[in-house]
Amino acid sequence: MCGTCGCGTDDNDPTILKPGEQPHNHTHDGVHFHSHEHSEHTHEHSHQHRVLEVEQDILQHNAVMAARNRGYFEAKNILALNLVSSPGSGKTSVLEKTLADLSTEIPFYVIEGDQQTLNDANRIDALKIPVIQINTGKGCHLESDMVYNAVKKLNIIDHAVLMIENVGNLVCPSMFDLGESKRVVILSTTEGEDKPIKYPDMFHTSDICIINKIDLLPYLNIDIDKLKNYALKVNPNLQFFEISATTGEGMEKWYKWLKKNLV
Amino acid sequence: MHELSIAMGIVKIAEDETAKVNENIVTKIELEIGKLAGVEIDSLNFVWESAVKDTVLEHAKKIIVVIPGKAKCADCNAEFYLENIYDSCPKCNSNFKGIIQGKELRVKALEVI
Repeated sequence: MCGTCGCGTDDNDPTILKPGEQPHNHTHDGVHFHSHEHSEHTHEHSHQHRVLEVEQDILQHNAVMAARNRGYFEAKNILALNLVSSPGSGKTSVLEKTLADLSTEIPFYVIEGDQQTLNDANRIDALKIPVIQINTGKGCHLESDMVYNAVKKLNIIDHAVLMIENVGNLVCPSMFDLGESKRVVILSTTEGEDKPIKYPDMFHTSDICIINKIDLLPYLNIDIDKLKNYALKVNPNLQFFEISATTGEGMEKWYKWLKKNLV
Repeated sequence: MHELSIAMGIVKIAEDETAKVNENIVTKIELEIGKLAGVEIDSLNFVWESAVKDTVLEHAKKIIVVIPGKAKCADCNAEFYLENIYDSCPKCNSNFKGIIQGKELRVKALEVI
């Protein structure tokens, strides 16, 4: 979008016009072309710098691809969840438990993001759930075009749940919209109650916060209410689920939420 | 280190925009980065050199304009500056707010020869 007058100057941007209106073409790049005859006079062309007023969001490409994904998910009534957390919080275990318990009721599809290995995809494949692994190599997060390409391979049916397990990292994935319906941050009780204010961006951009490993609470010095208050300070709209993927405690409420949000 | 992705995104914009006007050397690039955008400017500076190598930006002077964070309280409508995304309203202490400034992450202008 043009930052000067708000109109769409990029060819890719939609133009919204009433009948009879003409799109107004203009550039703000400060470049002026003047043609003139050289036969009557000679002059030196000075080595002038010119300024291109670009006004472009750096993450524009990611935002555009995310919007394409989101439109696809919405049209097919796919509930796409972007699961984010630090490494070791139990993302894959929560996923495995959920798939094992609900796969007879809900069609699931999974995209696994890791820097290396097919380990997580193999764990999901063992449950007979369609899965694609994205290995980001040196990359520390998934981006929307990776998800776009993975989704193309999955042939997801309508009214399904797509679980996108992001790279284990509480910082970088927060900046990259994948086109998900909801972002789910998973935090385990062993991580300390001040994680939400240490890594606020992830909690600020999430909709759901799953607190995992509550079976370990008797052995830990963690105040869950304090953790929740920190998280709510960052994002007052967060919804919590306290669960243990190992014992199954608290999973019912999470399942209820999943079923309610799947249309 | 998502700053590398950010730097690559900047390179792509610069390459695309200069190609449109048939230029291949950028002498100056102006970036706007909001305080709440989640980008560490030190990290961006760290990866910059390797990201711009052999691109139109290789010799460009980089100017970063940092935009302060600003929010509007959803409870009392006060507008206030914030250092952290979790800062509460200084007037009524509410955590409900809309960020109105500070999430910017954009290439503002390129200077070409």
